[in-house]
Order: sequence, then C-alpha cells, then structure tokens
Amino acid sequence: MAGEREVVDNMEQFEPKILAFLCNWCAYAAADLAGVSRLQYPSNLRSVRVMCSARVDPVFVIKALKDGWDGVLVSG
Amino acid sequence: MDERKAAYIEYAQAVPLAFAIDPDTCIGCGLCEAMCLAKAINYDDTERRTTLSVGALILSPGSQGFDPSGLELLGYGRFSNVVTSEEFERILSASGPYRGHLMRPLDREGPRRIAWIQCVGSRDVNLCGNGYCSSVCCMYAIKEAMIAKEHSHGELDCTVFNIDMRTFGKDYEKYYQRAKDKSGVRFVKSRIHTIDEVRETGDLSIEYVDEGGELKRETFNMVVLSVGLRIPDSLLDLARRLGVEVNKYKFAATHPFSPVSTSRPGIFVSGVFQGPKDIPTSVTEASAAACAAATVLAEARGRDAKSIEMPVEIDVAEEEPRIGVFVCNCGINIGGVVDVPAVAEYAATLPNVVFTDQNLFTCSQDTQDKIKEVIKEKNLNRVVVASCSPRTHEQMFQETLQACGLNKYLFEMANIRNHNSWVHGNDPETATNKAKDLVRMAVARANLLKPLKEKRIPINRRGLVIGGGIAGMNAALGLADQGFEAVIVEKEAQLGGLARELTTTIEGEDIQAYLYELIEKVNQHKMIQVLTESLIVGFTGFKGNFTTEILVGPRMYERKIQHGVVIVATGANEYKPKEYLYGQDPRVMTQIELGKRLEVKGASDLKRVVMIQCVGSRNEENPNCSRVCCQSAVKNALHIKELNPDAEVYILYRDIRTYGLLEDYFTEARRKGVAFFRYHVDNPPVVESAREGVIVTFKDHLLQRDLQVPADLLALSSGMVPEDTEELASILKLPRNEEGYFIEAHVKLRPVDLANEGIFLCGTAHSPKLISETISQALAAASRATTFLSQPEIVLSAVTANVDQDRCAACLICVRACPYDVPRVNEKGASEIDEALCHGCGICAAECPAKAIQLNWYEDEQVLSKVEALLEGVL
Repeated sequence: MAGEREVVDNMEQFEPKILAFLCNWCAYAAADLAGVSRLQYPSNLRSVRVMCSARVDPVFVIKALKDGWDGVLVSG
Repeated sequence: MDERKAAYIEYAQAVPLAFAIDPDTCIGCGLCEAMCLAKAINYDDTERRTTLSVGALILSPGSQGFDPSGLELLGYGRFSNVVTSEEFERILSASGPYRGHLMRPLDREGPRRIAWIQCVGSRDVNLCGNGYCSSVCCMYAIKEAMIAKEHSHGELDCTVFNIDMRTFGKDYEKYYQRAKDKSGVRFVKSRIHTIDEVRETGDLSIEYVDEGGELKRETFNMVVLSVGLRIPDSLLDLARRLGVEVNKYKFAATHPFSPVSTSRPGIFVSGVFQGPKDIPTSVTEASAAACAAATVLAEARGRDAKSIEMPVEIDVAEEEPRIGVFVCNCGINIGGVVDVPAVAEYAATLPNVVFTDQNLFTCSQDTQDKIKEVIKEKNLNRVVVASCSPRTHEQMFQETLQACGLNKYLFEMANIRNHNSWVHGNDPETATNKAKDLVRMAVARANLLKPLKEKRIPINRRGLVIGGGIAGMNAALGLADQGFEAVIVEKEAQLGGLARELTTTIEGEDIQAYLYELIEKVNQHKMIQVLTESLIVGFTGFKGNFTTEILVGPRMYERKIQHGVVIVATGANEYKPKEYLYGQDPRVMTQIELGKRLEVKGASDLKRVVMIQCVGSRNEENPNCSRVCCQSAVKNALHIKELNPDAEVYILYRDIRTYGLLEDYFTEARRKGVAFFRYHVDNPPVVESAREGVIVTFKDHLLQRDLQVPADLLALSSGMVPEDTEELASILKLPRNEEGYFIEAHVKLRPVDLANEGIFLCGTAHSPKLISETISQALAAASRATTFLSQPEIVLSAVTANVDQDRCAACLICVRACPYDVPRVNEKGASEIDEALCHGCGICAAECPAKAIQLNWYEDEQVLSKVEALLEGVL
C-alpha cells in the first residue's frame, strides 16, 4: 500500500511524523509565537496552514494517515 | 531591575522588532557594525533636524510612572522587597528579569503574602502635590494580584490597601467583584503611610487603621506600590514651545465640549497628556484626535498621497508551472541552524522548479528588486519563498508578484524560521531535513495554484448614525465636516437625547447652551440629513454597501437609505429607582431631577440634603458601576453649597469614584463641609417618610453606631440603563452584553468598532460616560468610519467559497454550518455564497457531502498536495 512503512522493531527508535493543520488566526499564530519565544520542541511536526480549522475535511485526516503520516493534529 | 545589554530590543512586542543601541551602556567598540551581515548598523548616526510642513499636530507624548523615592516612609529604595507596580509588571512578565516566576527581589523567594498600596503619587496634595486620581491603578492592582495568584506555586495571599476602589470602566466592577469573591483577593479600606522592614527576614510590616478605627499591624513578604501617572517636566517644555496651555497638574488644558483640542487651534491631544486614563480610553481618544485633525485637513485629503501603479496582469493560467524558490537565511536566524545552500539545492530537484536562490534577507528591498528581475528573466509563474511566517510577510511578497504582473495568489511560503530554525536550534541536521520537507510541501501546493480574481466593490460614502443625542450628533458632524454625508436616525421628535435633561457639567459649563449650538450646527449642515420619529425596521448588505429600511415620522413613511457605514449611538437613560421611596415621597428625587430643581428653585429652602450613591448600580440586577453618579453627586453638592452655604449635605457612598481630574471637586466638596459616610452593600441606609422630612438611618463606621438624619430632600445617585435596543440589535445582528450595552470588537485594540465590519459604536450605548468622554468617543467612531469611507473601493479577498451549482443537492448543510449565515438556496434550488459576505473559513467546503463547494486557494487538492508531498520524501 502506498506510503506503508516498515514496521519499526524498536519502538524507542520510532520517530513519528506528525501532520498539523493549524488555523491561521490562532494555532498558526501560536506556532509563530513559539518560534519568537525560541521554545524548543521535537522536530516531528509539519504544519499546513488553513484559514480555519473548520476547513479540515475529515477526508484530509484519513488520507494523511493512509498516506503514511503517523499522527494528525488539528488545532484551532 | 535587570542589566540591559548595549544592543537591545525595547520589549518583546515592539514594532518594529529591531535592535537599538543604548548609548549609556555601549562602550563604542564598533564590533556590531563590523559583524552585521546586513550592514544595518550606522554607527556614526547622529541626531538630525528635520523640518516638516504640517496642517495639524497631535500630541500623544504619554506620561511617566510616579517615582516614590521621595516618599521616604514607604521605604522604596531602602527595602529591597518594596517594588513599584511597574517593576512588579516586569516580575510577572515572561520576558522580565525572573522570566515570569513570582519571586521577591531580596532573596528570590516566592512570596506567600503580598500587599498593594494604592494612591502612591495620586490623590495626595500634601506629600507630592498630585491632587488628581490616576484612574488606572485600582484596575492594574487587581490585575496584578490576580496574575500573581496564577503565577504562584503555592497559596498566595493578596491584599490591596485602598481608600476607594475605583473600578468605574466598562465591566470593570465585575472584574473587581470576581477578584474579591472568586479569587479571594482581600481589599482593605485604609491609606498606608508607613512601611517598616523586618530586618531578619526582609519582610515588611504595615501598621494601619481599619474602618472601625482600630489600629492593626500585618506582615507581608513583599509590598507593591501602586504608583500613579505623572507628566514629566520635559513635556512642560514641549508645551511651552508649542504654545499649548497646561493645567496645574501639567496636563494639557482642554474644554469639556472639545476634549481633544488644546488651547492652540490646530494642535490636538490624546492619551494621558490630556488627563489620566486607561488604554481603551487612550486608544479611543487617539482616534478622536485623528478625527479632529482630519477635519482641519479635510480639503487637503489625499493631496500628497502617492498611488502605486500596478502593471496589467499576465495571463499564465494555461502555462505549465515555472516555479522559482527563494530560500532565506534571515541573517543567521535560519542560516545559523539550517543548511540553506543544501535546501536551495534540494528545491531545484523538485517538479517544475526552474530557479532557486538563497538570500541573506529575502524581505529586504534589494532582494525584492532581485526577485522581480528573476521573475521576468526566467518567466516564473509561481513563486515560493522559504523564510518566515506568511502571517507577517505574505502580503509583502504578494505585492512583489503583482509588481511584475503576476497574480498574487500564485505565491506560497514555507515557514522555515518560526516553525523550524527557531524551535530546533540545537539540532541543525533535523532542522535542515524539516526545511526540505516544508519546501517540498510548498512546491507541491504551488504547482496547483491558480490565479484568482479579487472583487472590487465601490463604497457608498454615506454614513448612517443611529441616535441623535450628543454622541450621534458629534459623530455625524465628524463625518460631515470631513466631507462625508451623514443621516441621523432619531426615534424621538427632537434631537438631544438624555442631554436635554442636564443642566451644567461639573466644571460649570452650560449643557443646554452647548446642545442648542450643536443642534443648530447639525440642522444647518448641508451634508447632514436628520430623520426624527424614525424607526429602523430592516437592514441588509455588507460593509461599504448597506441598505436600511426606516419608517419615518408620525405617518411612518417608508424610506430606504443606502450607506457605507453605521455608527450606533443609541444612548442610555437615568435609572428610575424602585428603592428608597422614590415615586412615593416627592422629597425623594434623582440627581438629574435635583440638578433641574436647583436650577429652577435654588437651594435657599434646603437645610439638609442627603444623597445615596450606587442606586441601581453595583447590585445584583446591574453589577456595573455607572461611572458618572459620584461626580453628579459632588457637582450637585457643590451647587447646593454655593447657593446656600449653610445647607448641610451628607453623601452616603460605597466608594467615591471621582477619577482623574474630577478628584479636585471631591476635595473641594470636603473642604466646603460636605460630609461623606461610607455604607456597606449588605447594610444599606434605611429611608422613612415623616412630616419633618425624609428620615435616613445609616451606620457611621467611625462612631460604630447608627445615625438618623432627617432630610428636606433625598437625592438618589441613580445609575444608567441603556436604551432598549433589543429589536435594533436583532435587526442589525449586533452583540450586546447582559445589561444591554453593545459589545465592542476588542476592548483595548478596537474600542469603537463593532465586530460586524463597517459598524461603529459611541456614547452611552457603549457604557455609561461623561459628556466629554462621549464627545471623544463620537469623534473616534467618526474617525474609524472615515478611515474606511475614504477608500475609493474595497478589494475583497479572493479566498472565498464557491458552489458548483450543478452538483449542489440543496441539502442545507452549508446553510446550517456557516457561522456567518452566508449560504442561501437560490431560485434554482442550489446553494449560493455571496463572496462579499464570505469570510473564507471553509467550513462549508469541509462539510459539503457532495463536494460541491470549494474554498479558493485552499481547494481540496491544494491542501492534500501538501499532505501527499511527504511520500516523495525520505521517510
């Protein structure tokens, strides 16, 4: 299946790839602010800006997981 | 409280967020100039004199916090754990010296008990000469106590020592009650004069007399001095040079009916230099000063403005994507962590990328010029910038595209700074990989972007003002004097509103004379139309293009008015008391009725007058403070004393709230023998009718016993209630609070805007306020409205939802989902979304089961392309 990954034997080495849908007005701004404040956090997250978290179609989430992302965060 | 480096940023939210050099700390080594990659430092820069020719001047120089070093008995500067409120703000701040951890300066221990001492440098004629109230300290002390409790790791006891708690602003009283009842902040009525240090512990000992007259002593770990606002001497010099008069406290002298005009025509004032005030009022006043200045400059509007010529848009819709990727180093902000050359090199391998480059600062003017050249030279039809946040820089880069004739929606950003290099600074390798991922996602979306057309709609330059009181008339004049037509809709037969009932201001200015003049001005203004006995029955449209249906006159002729903005100035009324025998005994009246009575009958027949404060305010039914009643009582008391010095006046109060410069009148009233007695809300005065007078019984706290006073007249300081606007609010879809006052878009940042675009608010429809404050707010609303009306047209964002009418099944899911009520099912039985009303959130696109709705720029495949782009990378 497309995007299917090798099963990681050792869970301790497992680094999940997380997709984040961030609302432009709050969560995306918060992620910007985290940068301005130099808050350090793990680099597993990739963000997609949307104008409102309501834009996130449940299909997007299912497709992301199906495509191989390990987790999806919808924040807004 | 902390050492500042020679190169510093003023504070975390400073605009522009750029470094400056502090000449007091700089040793002059010049290293920064040599090191700066952007060559942004001009080390030899000196002060320059510039001459500007202007038509009006606005003074907003602000104020300084009072320095309590001179008040030796408070121990500031001698005892480490006595700090000013400004220093305490820094202690609580995440960017402050203790990084937001609540600690006291002496030993960096977390305090368990903190005391706030109010009125340091305010309401004090004896020690510092500042007889005025600084207006802001009560609120900030409560706020500091609340935040301190949040920041404290253990239990924290907060005590605020005050003379009166002056929480007179909109909803401030509710905040005060919440601090007291929910957060457990303790409020003690006592003025503190002396603070002693406990040597061994660094704690502070405070001796005070409580309300019952008992001497008490308490120990605190830390004391915060709530310092007032003062005008620095340097401003006196400025005022002198400008020929602007100041009052005895060094605030700019203004007239109650022209609150933002200084003594010199063409020079206006806003903020604390006008008088002590908080942020919402300062922001409002700033807009008011802008309105006053714009009125003077009305003829010259736009004369010196330069417009940018945009080239004709190139049609690239049919072309294959040719993408240029510009990767930014952002000085060392990105380049210091991410391997930028590697990212640029990687970008070049992505589909349809025909050009890549890396820049030191992609946002700088020279890079913009370079990008423009490259766009033309390489025939780029999509641009990706990998740098900072689209929230701050997208618009700027889009303008660069437009300057080359490219549609602004053919642009995408990858945020490799805020979301990457800044947050993974310790891990350059993964940060570089993440930057590549983000660029790949951006390029994937760029491949699918389409040019979008923004709708331009002309603006109807007429303003509709609802309410013809002092607020509405001033707002209409604010529009009309700047050359915009105004229509006032008044439901009564005459203009004037509540002001028709008023006599004089506390300063002694004749309100009726002012009102007469104001009505004349409005009636004679050729740009103002007045509709009296008029009722709004319908309202449609959007900002710039509203249509309002009005029934006019006793015969209710229907009229439709088209206009671009609305100013809501529906006003308020005096509360008609149910308490204290009002309406049963003719000797019981409200302050407004007393004001009129004094005007007509004088006070020679009055031997004794009692006044009761907070009638219809600060109670369960109306938890707000009505703001104006304390000064009304003091005004009428002074008037009685002036007419009949032998008359006794008793004022029974809870807190006297003569804020700002009104405090002088309170002081004068006490000097003239007006007696003030505090009563508790749970033990209010008792009023009985008797032949010899109205008998008022209340408890005197100093004597600790009940006093009984027979009065010739009992005046009730009755609060304000907003005009009944339930129907209007539902027609215009405007939000109101529980008490019926309209809710502004943002208390501090947008104090006269309503959340509904193109609709503004002023006067007592917002909250109770004085005439001078009403005039300021009316001018502010007019200013906000004209800022919008002065544009020739509005450009609507193209990020809106589109319905594919053939696929729509009219299931109504979008109609129900839309938070703005935009989708409508049209006569063809399909959903239709008005792009002028659509906010572009995309909820309809997500909900539509038939996938008949797409959100421009965030189409399904454009969003999903980013999701899918991961696959192409190395997992």
